Amino acid sequence: MTAYLVRRLFYGLLVLAGVNVLTFALFFFVNSPDDMARAQLGAKRVTPEAVDKWKRERGYDKPLFLNEKKSGIERVTDTVFYTKSVQLFAFEFGASDQGRNIGYDIRTRMWPSLAVQLPAFVIGLLVYISFALLLAMFRATAFDVAGVVACVLLMSISSLFYIIGGQYVFGKLWSLVPISGYDGGFEAVKFLALPVLIGVASGIGSSTRWYRSIFIEEIGKDYVRTARAKGLGELRVLFGHVLQNAMIPILTGVVVVIPLLFMGALITESFFGIPGLGSYTIDAISQQDFAIVRAMVFLGSVLYVIGLILTDISYTLVDPRVRFS
Amino acid sequence: MPLLPFRIEVLWSDALVWLLVAGIAVYAAYAARRPHLRAPWSRVARNGSAMAAATVLAVFVLIGLLDSIHYRPLLPAQGGKAAYSTELRSALDLVLSPLRAQREKTYSAPFATRLYAKETVKRADGGEAREFPRLRHGGKHLQDPDDSAGDIALRAFRGAVAAALLWFAAALLLAAALARHRDGGIEDTWRAVWSGRTAVPWRAILATLGVLALVAGPVVALAPHYHVLGTDKVGQDVLYQALKSIRTGLVIGTLATLVTLPFALVLGVMAGYFKGWVDDVIQYVYTTLSSIPGVLLIAAAVLMMQVYIENHPELFPSTEVRADVRLIALCVILGLTSWTGLCRLLRGEALKLRELEYIQAARAFGVSHWRIMMRHITPNLMHIVMIALVMDFSGLVLAEAVLSYVGVGVDPSMISFGTMINSARLEMAREPMVWWSLAAAFLFMLLLVLAANLFADAVRDAFDPRVAMAGGGA
Repeated sequence: MTAYLVRRLFYGLLVLAGVNVLTFALFFFVNSPDDMARAQLGAKRVTPEAVDKWKRERGYDKPLFLNEKKSGIERVTDTVFYTKSVQLFAFEFGASDQGRNIGYDIRTRMWPSLAVQLPAFVIGLLVYISFALLLAMFRATAFDVAGVVACVLLMSISSLFYIIGGQYVFGKLWSLVPISGYDGGFEAVKFLALPVLIGVASGIGSSTRWYRSIFIEEIGKDYVRTARAKGLGELRVLFGHVLQNAMIPILTGVVVVIPLLFMGALITESFFGIPGLGSYTIDAISQQDFAIVRAMVFLGSVLYVIGLILTDISYTLVDPRVRFS
Repeated sequence: MPLLPFRIEVLWSDALVWLLVAGIAVYAAYAARRPHLRAPWSRVARNGSAMAAATVLAVFVLIGLLDSIHYRPLLPAQGGKAAYSTELRSALDLVLSPLRAQREKTYSAPFATRLYAKETVKRADGGEAREFPRLRHGGKHLQDPDDSAGDIALRAFRGAVAAALLWFAAALLLAAALARHRDGGIEDTWRAVWSGRTAVPWRAILATLGVLALVAGPVVALAPHYHVLGTDKVGQDVLYQALKSIRTGLVIGTLATLVTLPFALVLGVMAGYFKGWVDDVIQYVYTTLSSIPGVLLIAAAVLMMQVYIENHPELFPSTEVRADVRLIALCVILGLTSWTGLCRLLRGEALKLRELEYIQAARAFGVSHWRIMMRHITPNLMHIVMIALVMDFSGLVLAEAVLSYVGVGVDPSMISFGTMINSARLEMAREPMVWWSLAAAFLFMLLLVLAANLFADAVRDAFDPRVAMAGGGA
């Protein structure tokens, strides 16, 4: 099993290398640093001096892959590719195009993101699975049909409207919570309540339906018929057999997103003014700060790769059939 | 003088949309003659909720197609030389010309006759007063602008009656047409339709059409005289914006999935069929791509496209062309970043198929790899492709709104659900709230996405062999 995990780890590193090359190509081949400088400086008639200054300050004036002017190891290290891409592997994110330290920003901003995402994730999981089990229990009845119709209706509403509606009803109409903002410590609860609630609510439709379809598929299998033939009650069948066996498809979808909780939710954070990584990314996009976007792309894939490896580990925990060779 | 008072202008997205329509027509003709394709589609056609959803979708598609015929109107001749307007219009604009032309100064509520904000107005006696000024167009035929309820009710009633009559005539025509097929009387057929005894659920379709007619009738009657859904910040009619947004949503929902198809199909089939190193490479490529969180990858790609467009203004002669190219680029980017899921599905299925006996036999006969993949594997994967096509549509329409909010969606000058929500969002804090833009975008999006979801479910049930075998499909 260790050998398998080591192999997965190396594969993960290979994937990250691919992501790195891809983002590098996207950011430096589609447009040259000159183009980016001109787009950032705004006006059409920027002087060549201003462009050169912008590039020098941010280290984009180096050659892309090979620095002919330097000797020894610096021929490779004193290049855009090394300083901007390879160093991401050491989590050296460098400075943003505005001159801020990206690594520091990420370290401070990931906690508010997690404070919204983790409760939303845990509560959401419990709510969705309970609803789905309930629908599965009453499958093929009017209750089930109504539940599925409600799910389709809920998943047809844009996530933007969940946020707008929630802010309007809870924040403005009933004044239960502040509309936006954030505070450290215990005060954070009143700012977090609504984003968490909305995070859970906006996923109810699609997630409940997804879990329900997993349960329904399990219920159709032979071992369930055997369990019934032995005279087990509906509840024992659902909780003792179906839920356990549905863990594999559930884990496949769930474990992989756990590390990504650090990244935050783009839209929610920006609507609620939560100083997390999601709003950080949105701000970077609107300010066209390419360094931050590059860093976030890399961070996102690192977390995803970690999620994949965690998924592999979780299989061994719930399914004795999964044997690694 | 030129012959026509306008010049047809084909935008890139128009060309693609009409190409898509032609493609669907060819597919329909092809599928109609093949029992294995006709069977699932006729299962869809017998499904009541699916046909009701399809009716709504058809109305949306009709509006979208009308909005995909662009032209430049001829300007009044100056010096004998024909000149065309720089403003690009569509056939939908022509239909909605009162809505498009009747601009107010700024916000006004639905059915309002006065502006939403107080202004300093000169009185007739020379003095000045702060009051809500009258609208330029909304309710300008009224003697007393504050007594509009009766007029609105009367017009709405007339519209509803006209729509109901039209609907009734259409229903009768349908019954007559059906009667000729069934060798029965019209009265008999009429009863069969309304008791749900026809194979195709005409009752559901007619009921949907009836509801649509009862809503559309009063709106059509009122729209030339009032702003039924109010006006936005620059005084543009919100109903007009909502109707124009439909095309943007439809284009993104369909073209982006079409972009995914070649990648997913070619790479998925190749990976599953060849196995070995080909499979390894393709798996690596899609794992790498899907490891980047979707929004971030799209944002990075769109940012780079924006920089490219800003630095090459000479390639885009007008704002409409630029917005159109951005729309297509967005579709391509959405497609390039989202083919991985379908590719994984197709690879898994191709892996299973290649071990089946008929493929083994084909290989033993010496059929080439290319031919096996084309003739024996791909056709047996098409149900998965069809399901993916319809299932992805609604997700893409929703994604457009979110992406436009993040600032990596369509061009800000292009009317879409995303840009509507985005500009309305800024007025949330206003007291009293400007709610109608949001409400309009919400209603239209909900209707479109809900109809697409219901239709997609029926298509999935009809095409998925697992569901079809289990006797489902209803």
